[in-house]
Amino acid sequence: MSEQEYKNNIKYFLENVLVSDPSGYSKEVESRLESFRRNRISKPIIYLGVTSSSVCAGALGVKKAIEEYIYTNQAGIELVIVGSLGLCSDEPMVDVQLPGKNRVVFKKVTTNDIPTILDGVLNRFVPTEMALGQYRHKNLEPWQDIPFLDELPFFAEQKRIILANCGVIDPNSIFDYMAFGGYRALAKALRNYTYDEICTLVEQSGLRGRGGGGYPTGTKWRKALQVATDQRYMICNADESDPGAFVYRLLMESDPHRIVEGLIISAYAIGASKAIIYTRNSNNLTVERIERAISQAYEVGVLGHNILDSGINIDISVRKGPGAYVCGEETALIRSIEGKRGMPTVKPPYPTEQGLFGKPTVVNNVETIANISSIILNGVNWFASIGSENSKGTKIFSVSGKVNRTSAIELPMGSPLSKIIEVVGGVINDGKLKAIHIGGPSGFSALPNELDIPIDFDKMKEVGLAMGSGGIQVLDNTVCVIDMVKYFMYFIQKESCGKCIPCREGSRRMLEILQNISKRPINENGHNTLERFKGVIHLESLAEVMRDTSLCGLGQTAPNPVLSTLKLFRDEYEEHIFDRKCKAGVCRDLRTFYIDIDKCTGCTACAKKCPTNAIIGTPRSPYFVVEDKCIGCGICEEVCKFSAVNFK
Amino acid sequence: MENRIEELLEKHSHSRRDSLIPILQEIQEEVGYLSEEAIILVGRHLDIPTSKIYGLATFYNQFKFEPKGSFHIEVCHGTACHMFGAVSIIDIIEKKLKIKAGQATRNGKYSLEVVPCIGACAQSPVISINGEFYSNLTVETLKIILAELIGE
Repeated sequence: MSEQEYKNNIKYFLENVLVSDPSGYSKEVESRLESFRRNRISKPIIYLGVTSSSVCAGALGVKKAIEEYIYTNQAGIELVIVGSLGLCSDEPMVDVQLPGKNRVVFKKVTTNDIPTILDGVLNRFVPTEMALGQYRHKNLEPWQDIPFLDELPFFAEQKRIILANCGVIDPNSIFDYMAFGGYRALAKALRNYTYDEICTLVEQSGLRGRGGGGYPTGTKWRKALQVATDQRYMICNADESDPGAFVYRLLMESDPHRIVEGLIISAYAIGASKAIIYTRNSNNLTVERIERAISQAYEVGVLGHNILDSGINIDISVRKGPGAYVCGEETALIRSIEGKRGMPTVKPPYPTEQGLFGKPTVVNNVETIANISSIILNGVNWFASIGSENSKGTKIFSVSGKVNRTSAIELPMGSPLSKIIEVVGGVINDGKLKAIHIGGPSGFSALPNELDIPIDFDKMKEVGLAMGSGGIQVLDNTVCVIDMVKYFMYFIQKESCGKCIPCREGSRRMLEILQNISKRPINENGHNTLERFKGVIHLESLAEVMRDTSLCGLGQTAPNPVLSTLKLFRDEYEEHIFDRKCKAGVCRDLRTFYIDIDKCTGCTACAKKCPTNAIIGTPRSPYFVVEDKCIGCGICEEVCKFSAVNFK
Repeated sequence: MENRIEELLEKHSHSRRDSLIPILQEIQEEVGYLSEEAIILVGRHLDIPTSKIYGLATFYNQFKFEPKGSFHIEVCHGTACHMFGAVSIIDIIEKKLKIKAGQATRNGKYSLEVVPCIGACAQSPVISINGEFYSNLTVETLKIILAELIGE
C-alpha cells in the first residue's frame, strides 16, 4: 500500500465508516468494505496464521515456503498474515481464498504441503481432502465436500464474540479491524455518551473482571471516576504469567486493535488521559503487534490528541513487565511500573483511590477490556442476554494438557464445564479423564462427575472452584496429581515476592513436604520418616494458615491446588505416603524397576552401573532387580540398549 | 561497552525512577546482560543507589548478570510441558552440557535457561536454541538435536 493510498484509506474510513451505524451504510460503502474484508477479490489470497504458538509449530518455515513458491512461479497470489483461530494443536494453519469462492482452512500444514496447495490455487481448485473446513459467506460460492467451519464440533459449540476476528483478520492492519466493525464503538462512545454514562452502561451490562476475582468492572471504574484529581491512569494488565495460560497472548497477537479500542474507551470512561499496557517482555511478537496497533491508531486519529474531533486526549504506552508472576496482582503491577520491586501493598487504599504515582488507577485485564467495544456497540441488553444470571458474557479458556485439541475456546457463561471437554475433543489417546484443573497455580481441580457445574463466578465459588484466569489443564491417568501440585508449589515458591512470611516460608515448607512424600527415605528409622509424617499432618493446616494470612492473592490462593487435591485425591496422597507408590509412574523416586526377562540378554551393563548393587544375575542370562535395594534412580533404564528395563 | 550504554542513557535524559526498568531492559537487549559497570552508570544517571538497582534487577526474572552462551538454550517449563516431561528434558540437557539451569559452560559456548510457559502448549515440550523452536520433543529427538548442536 503506497503512502498516498494509506492516507486516502484513513480519510475514507473516518468519513464514511466511523460515522453511521451499519444499517445506514450506502451500497457503495458496503461493497468497498467487502473488498477490505477480502470477500471481493481479484486474485487469490493465501492466509497464514502467525502467532507465538504457531511459530513454535513451524509457521515461519511455511511462510518461507509460500514466499519462495510465489516468487519462483511468479504466481499472482497475495500472502496475508493472520492470527490464530484458537485451535493451537492444528497449527500451522493456512487458508486459501479464490475469487468468488469461500475461504478454506487447512490444518497442520508443513512446508511439503505448500506446493500441493498452491498448485491447486493456480488451477482454481483446492485439495479438498486436506481441508479442515470453509468459512460461510452469503455472497460467495461454497465448496463441495468441505464442511463449514461453524458446523465443526470445535466451532459449533463456541460463542465467539471476543475471538470473532482472531485468525480471520490481519492483526497488523487497522483497516482490517475497521472493516470488520472496529473503532465504531469508540466513535459511538465519544459522540453519544459521557464518562458517567459509559460507567453506567458497563455496570448495567453486568460485566465482571475476568482476572479471577470477578469484581464488577463498571463499579470499579465509577470508584476511580469519583475521586477528584488532575490525573487518572487506566492500566491494561497483560502480564499473563500463569503457566499454561495463553489467552491474552492469543488475543493480543490475533486482534490487537480490539484491546487498543477497549482500552481507549475504558480510559475515556474513567476520565484518564494516560493508559498503559503492561505486557510480558518475553513475548516479542505480542509486544510488536500491540505496539504496531497503537502506532496505527495514532496515525488514524483514534488515539492521541483530540480523538475523532471530540476534544478528548488519550495516550497509550506499552510497558514490558520484566517477568514476575506476582506482578499480575494489581498493586504489585503498579509498583513495577513505578520502577520498584513488584511487591504488593496492603489494601486499602485501593488503586482506584491511590494507585500509580498516588493517582486513582484502574487495572483491568485484557479479556475484560476486550469485552468493552462489543458492549458499547451492541448495547447493554444484548450483552446481558448472554450468560447466566450473575455472570454475563462469555469466557475464554485456554485448554492444555492431556487433551486432543489444545486450544483457546470461548464459551458463554452458564454452560457446564463438561462443554469445555466436549469442544476440545476429549482426552488424548482415548484415555480416561481423571480431573480438570482450573486456574493454574492458584486454581482448583474438579472431578469428571462434577462437570455439570455451570461456568459462573458465584456458582463455581459455591462448590469450591474458581474461574481464575481461564487456564485449564486436563488430566488423565498418566498424570500424578502430587507431581502437578508439587510443580505448582515449586512455581509459587520461586515467584513469591518474599514480603509476607506466610507466603514466603509457607510455600517453601509446603514444597518440601510434597517433595518428601514423593521421595523414598534413606531408611525407615531415620529422622526423615518422622519429618515426613509430621509434614503431612501439617499440610492441611499450613495451607489454611497461608490462605488466611497472606498479604496478596498470590499467597492466599497458592494452597488451593493442595487443598483441593487433598480433598479429591486423598487416596493418591496416601498411596504415596504409606505404600510409596505412584500409580502414574511420574514420581521418579518412587519408581521400582524390573527387567523384562524376554528382552534381557544379560549384557551386564545395568548391573555394572547400578549405584546400590540392586541388580543381580549371571552374565548372558536375564538379570533381576532386588526391589528393596532399588532407589529408582533410573540409570539402568538409561544404559539398557534392549529396552528391557521398565518401571512400575 | 561503556560507550554503548552511555549512548542509551542519553536517550533517557531527564528521566525519573519509573524509567529504570525500561532502561535496564534496553541495556540487556543491547549488551545481553547487566554488568557491574552498567548498573553503576545507570545509578549515576538516575541518581539511585546501585544497591537499589541491583535489588530491583535481581527481583525480576528477566535480568541476567552473566553473559549468555553463544548457543542459548531455553526450555519451557509450563504446566503442559511439565506434564509431557519437561523435567527429564532439563535433566538430559544439564547432564549433557554439565551445567545447571541458569548457567553457562566455561567456554561460554552454551547456556541453559528454564523459562515459565512460552505459550506453545500444543507443541509441548518445547525448547528454543537461539530463538529457533524445537517442539513435541521426546528423549530421542532431544538427544539428536543436542548431538548436532555439540557437533559429535
